[in-house]
Amino acid sequence: MDYALLWFVLLGVLLAGYAVLDGFDLGVGMLTPVAKNDHERRILFNSIGPLWDGNEVWLVTFGGALFAAFPEAYATVFSGFYTALMAVLGALIFRAVSIEFRSKFKWGWWRGLWDGVFFLSSLVASLVFGVAIGGAMVGVPLDERGVMRATLMDQLGWYPLLVGAMTVALFAQHGALFLRLKTKDELRERVDRWAWRLHGAFALLWIAVTVATMVALPHALTNFAHAPWALLVPVLNVLAILNISRSMKKGHELAAFFSSGATILALVFLLGVAIFPNLVASSPYPEHSLTIHNAASSEKTLWIMSIIALLGMPCVLAYTTVVYWTFRGKVELDEHSY
Amino acid sequence: MPDSLLLFAQSAAGADTAWGLDVVVLSRLQFALTIMFHYLFPPLTIGMSVVLVYLKGRHLATGAAIYDDAARFWTKIFGLNFAMGVVTGIVMEFQFGTNWAAYSRFVGDVFGSALAAEGIFAFFLESGFLSLLLFGWDRVGPKTHFFATLMVAVGGIFSSVWIVIANSWQQTPAGSEIRDYVVNGQVYQRAEIVDFWALVFNPSSMNRLVHVWLGAFLLGAFFVMSISAWYLIKRRHEEFARRSFVGGLLLATVAAFAQLLSGHEQANAVAEYQPAKLAAMEGVYETTDNAPIYLFGSPNDETETVDYGLAVPGMLSWLLAFDTSAEVQGLDELDPIYGRPPVWITFQAYHLMVAIGSAMIAMTLLAWLYYWRGRLFTTHWLLWLFVLMVVPAFVANEAGWVAAEVGRQPWIVYPRVVDGVAVDGLRTSDGVSEAVSADQVLGSILFFGLIYTVLFGLWISLLHTKISHGPAGVAAGDGRAGHDEHGGFVEAVTEMVSHREGMTGDKSKE
Repeated sequence: MDYALLWFVLLGVLLAGYAVLDGFDLGVGMLTPVAKNDHERRILFNSIGPLWDGNEVWLVTFGGALFAAFPEAYATVFSGFYTALMAVLGALIFRAVSIEFRSKFKWGWWRGLWDGVFFLSSLVASLVFGVAIGGAMVGVPLDERGVMRATLMDQLGWYPLLVGAMTVALFAQHGALFLRLKTKDELRERVDRWAWRLHGAFALLWIAVTVATMVALPHALTNFAHAPWALLVPVLNVLAILNISRSMKKGHELAAFFSSGATILALVFLLGVAIFPNLVASSPYPEHSLTIHNAASSEKTLWIMSIIALLGMPCVLAYTTVVYWTFRGKVELDEHSY
Repeated sequence: MPDSLLLFAQSAAGADTAWGLDVVVLSRLQFALTIMFHYLFPPLTIGMSVVLVYLKGRHLATGAAIYDDAARFWTKIFGLNFAMGVVTGIVMEFQFGTNWAAYSRFVGDVFGSALAAEGIFAFFLESGFLSLLLFGWDRVGPKTHFFATLMVAVGGIFSSVWIVIANSWQQTPAGSEIRDYVVNGQVYQRAEIVDFWALVFNPSSMNRLVHVWLGAFLLGAFFVMSISAWYLIKRRHEEFARRSFVGGLLLATVAAFAQLLSGHEQANAVAEYQPAKLAAMEGVYETTDNAPIYLFGSPNDETETVDYGLAVPGMLSWLLAFDTSAEVQGLDELDPIYGRPPVWITFQAYHLMVAIGSAMIAMTLLAWLYYWRGRLFTTHWLLWLFVLMVVPAFVANEAGWVAAEVGRQPWIVYPRVVDGVAVDGLRTSDGVSEAVSADQVLGSILFFGLIYTVLFGLWISLLHTKISHGPAGVAAGDGRAGHDEHGGFVEAVTEMVSHREGMTGDKSKE
């Protein structure tokens, strides 16, 4: 069995898990301004209160698994995108701090400050993740050792920024659809209006990214020739996007949220198809690219990790389900709320 | 004084500097800053989670409301500490790649799987059940809630297992080989797994794990005793404070004495596998029999002596070999492959840890003595000692880490001798990222320095708020200032064993 391929797929699963789960709580962060008063803002914070920490673990595990399975790619990406990564770290720290600390004091300026930080850090994290993915699609300059030789400005082309904008809209839409499940009354109506706007914005940006990819990055499409069955995914992607508006219109809250989750899954899958077999594509010297084979750990390590994943993932899914089930339903504030 | 600071700062990788410091020094500083700040919290939460399991277990068993109040109070503080550990922990995982890319390439095959196992086995467990613990009071039953508490504690312990194993492998590599591998036609070297279980049970991992756990239990116990002692001095929530204090004291006593044994084991293992580290910890410059132990001193690299030292002759030889005339190898005669760690830092960190550990033992004994005479809860000078002792308890955990990590320099992965042949490890100076400039690292140090300063201030002020607010319910309603109804040690133990809840009138509110 090709363990490197298996771990390419499993990393995709972890990344998709992160994007679907933390995607909605980043989106909730970007929707902070929708709330009109402190009570409403607390509802937003508490809608993700018991969930955000577990969602972020998907990212931590993705990082650990990348380190273990493809250390070359981990080292190259994390050191090469140094400044961007520091921005992400700062954003994730400030986000956690704002959730944890905003409700601890009642002063208006205090809460206002952390509301602003929560909004900004959620926006920055979403944007940088999107830009990084766009950058991965384009490729980065690597030397023969696989070390990235690029400044921050080299990493910020128009295409990565476009993907970044789409990611922001996608997560914000995902967050709004999640909040439709968690809020009621007047707040729910306002969230609903924003869900429509963000859905529209995402759909437009999705079309822009799709066209841009076909025109400017033809190499991203070559794998479809080897695996025509994968063309099914873009079709499902379109259906999922259409189903968001259909479900919203019909008032099927859960179906709309799941459709948006399915959209994210499809996009992560398409990312995998676009870059395979590269993990970090080198441009302009494609022969320096880090692939799933030259960047991989030894067979033995990948095998051990497969056992770890086999034992661990069912447990992870089990208690993720328990937690989401326990905290289902509309948000009610109580003494344990933020 | 610290000539060794210069040694710590040497080995310039290139001309790339910022503020006169090169990338290696800056990356070391950044790692030291971020891990020392992070390491304030995991031992604290691991130790506190044991206290929480105890309190919730007692509540389930006895139904006494005071245990429930106590659990709720400590859970709030636990949640705050846990959040601090989470936000600073994510930095730790990322910076292996950001600042130490060459190291990551070298160790990914062995180190990475431990990190991935931590994510899958520990973090998901912790975070899932933490949300039930913090937000589930009214949503799940008491038994499920107790189970969640237990799982959070287990998650923290699992997490320490994988981290300490990964770190111990760097100290005493086993189960791995350094092999060639090829990227784009170029041949490089890296460590690869040969035997997973040999890696997990490498010569130092289990020893160090026990040592780290005991350090965590001590910190958790002294943290709880510190706040409880403060309440006793202020005569607030006294019944609650007495119970929390005694619980903490029990844990601290067991852990402090066990730590004495564990520390001894630890020193023996270091002597065997990392002789240069042991020599630095004890300030042994010259190979000697009848080697002394310094109670304190200041190692001087220039004269190769320990200045201003107070020594117990022969003690080190005796501790390592139970023979005061046994030879202890000094830095002068060690295999040059090991290199010299910065002696001054290693020596002081190690001695600080040992001194605080000894003070902890003395304080627990003193506390039991006063408890037995029925005066513990009214003896203010002793209570004040316990209030303050939480700071040295933090310092001891940090100092232990510093001694372990600085003491293995100049190696990031320690070299070893297999069948008489020296096997190279990886030098710290060869582990830094090639793609990162000194300016970038300096920028991130300032960035994290700023963030951590803010975080530290918030943490202290929120702790203060929560402690001032105190526990709610029965515990808060306990306004019997000045009463110390504890008869003595024997009665107290009988009471604890028989699960009687008759100490004060807390049954009235059940």
